[in-house]
Amino acid sequence: MNDALDVALRLLLVFVVFLTFPLIIGQTEHKVMAHMQGRLGPMYAGGFHGWAQLVADGVKFAQKEDVVPAGADRRIFQLAPAVALLPYLLVLLAIPIGPGEGAVGEVIDAGIFFVLAVMGVGVLGSLMAGWASANKFSLLGGLRTAAQLLAYELPMLLTAASVAMAAGTVSLVGILDAFQWWWLPWQIVGAIVFFVAGLAELQRPPFDMPVADSEIIFGAYTEYTGLRFALFLLAEYAGIVVLCGLTTVLFLGGWHGPWGADGLGWVWTLLKTAVLAFLVIWLRVTYPRLREDQLQKLSWTLLVPLSLAQIALTGVVKVVIQ
Amino acid sequence: MPEPTVAVAAEYVVAADYFQSYSVVGLLAAVGVLFVAIAFGAGRLLRPEVPTREKLLTYECGVDPVGEHWAHTQVRYYVYAFLYVIFAIDSIFLFPWATVFADDGYGATTLVEMFVFLGFLAVGLLYAYKKGVLAWT
Repeated sequence: MNDALDVALRLLLVFVVFLTFPLIIGQTEHKVMAHMQGRLGPMYAGGFHGWAQLVADGVKFAQKEDVVPAGADRRIFQLAPAVALLPYLLVLLAIPIGPGEGAVGEVIDAGIFFVLAVMGVGVLGSLMAGWASANKFSLLGGLRTAAQLLAYELPMLLTAASVAMAAGTVSLVGILDAFQWWWLPWQIVGAIVFFVAGLAELQRPPFDMPVADSEIIFGAYTEYTGLRFALFLLAEYAGIVVLCGLTTVLFLGGWHGPWGADGLGWVWTLLKTAVLAFLVIWLRVTYPRLREDQLQKLSWTLLVPLSLAQIALTGVVKVVIQ
Repeated sequence: MPEPTVAVAAEYVVAADYFQSYSVVGLLAAVGVLFVAIAFGAGRLLRPEVPTREKLLTYECGVDPVGEHWAHTQVRYYVYAFLYVIFAIDSIFLFPWATVFADDGYGATTLVEMFVFLGFLAVGLLYAYKKGVLAWT
């Protein structure tokens, strides 16, 4: 009975994080972008600095008519947002936020493997949306999404493998247990490659070619309205939470902090994740969009060779110190 | 013969752990599906539904849609797809290897193996680059 209660509590907690964190990041993005661009951002909804803007957006989305174009593949079109969103919920379960086996939704032995595999499924939602919409812009967006996944999944996989080599385990909890501070400089190249590839997989600027609003309207999501469109947006922000959390766990030492404060491990995890999320927003404001061929070139001629080099470095250092 | 019994019992425990962690994943997936179902159901109750012919047209910036819905497109990067499949399948094998490569008795040998592996990938990439696969105009 106690076990069942424990599991239920964990699931509830993961679910609450899944529903709130993306909104917090979304609201932060509104405000940070606004201030970086010399304006105020939302100020009205909720009174204090527009804190309730996203709640208002949610109410608006729920009330909008749900239009499925006559030419669309109805079932697939309606299902796509769920396919895009749910993988990120599952990934959150495996991310440890504190030391010990108690501070993670569920210890999964093949953690890295599970996380990368499930994250890859999310892109399927965009592909389904792009194809089922029966819209030329959506189709182009869907194809660009596919191309981007092909290019950037690989460096992600390779750099994650580098961390697994360093720790000698593929369990996320095990990796954090084995973490030493000098892994930071040792794996720095891998960390950057992983983060950049993750950004590209989430289709965040400067890698937002698949949804480039100035050329293909909104890519695969062009025909969506109301709640289903909102779920796609939620998927993007949940993706940011997951990517920043994973980068923190794999490369930045997760709950390890410089002063080794007991019981405060989760604060370190959240802090590092928040800083990375800020970086994601910052990059969006700073860089112009990459062209499709530049995007492919960046991955295949820079990120993949760099991640191979990181694997070689990791292997050599690991065998030498052993 | 007590030893075999113990070993078998230990194996059962490991298997039980394995299934337990993935059954929790399954449970969370069920929660997620329920969430989406409830959201869609509630959405159906909350929103208006007034379809008109114009609304259901494919959106092409406001003018009437031209031609077929599913347009022919030239997929220029299909060669990347082959490259990706080859590389991704290769890299999957890194993970089981990564957990043991530095253990006692492996060390230098597996390191040489690693460089052979990386060499194959690097030569493949270089070949694709020289062939001009990685650039298009």
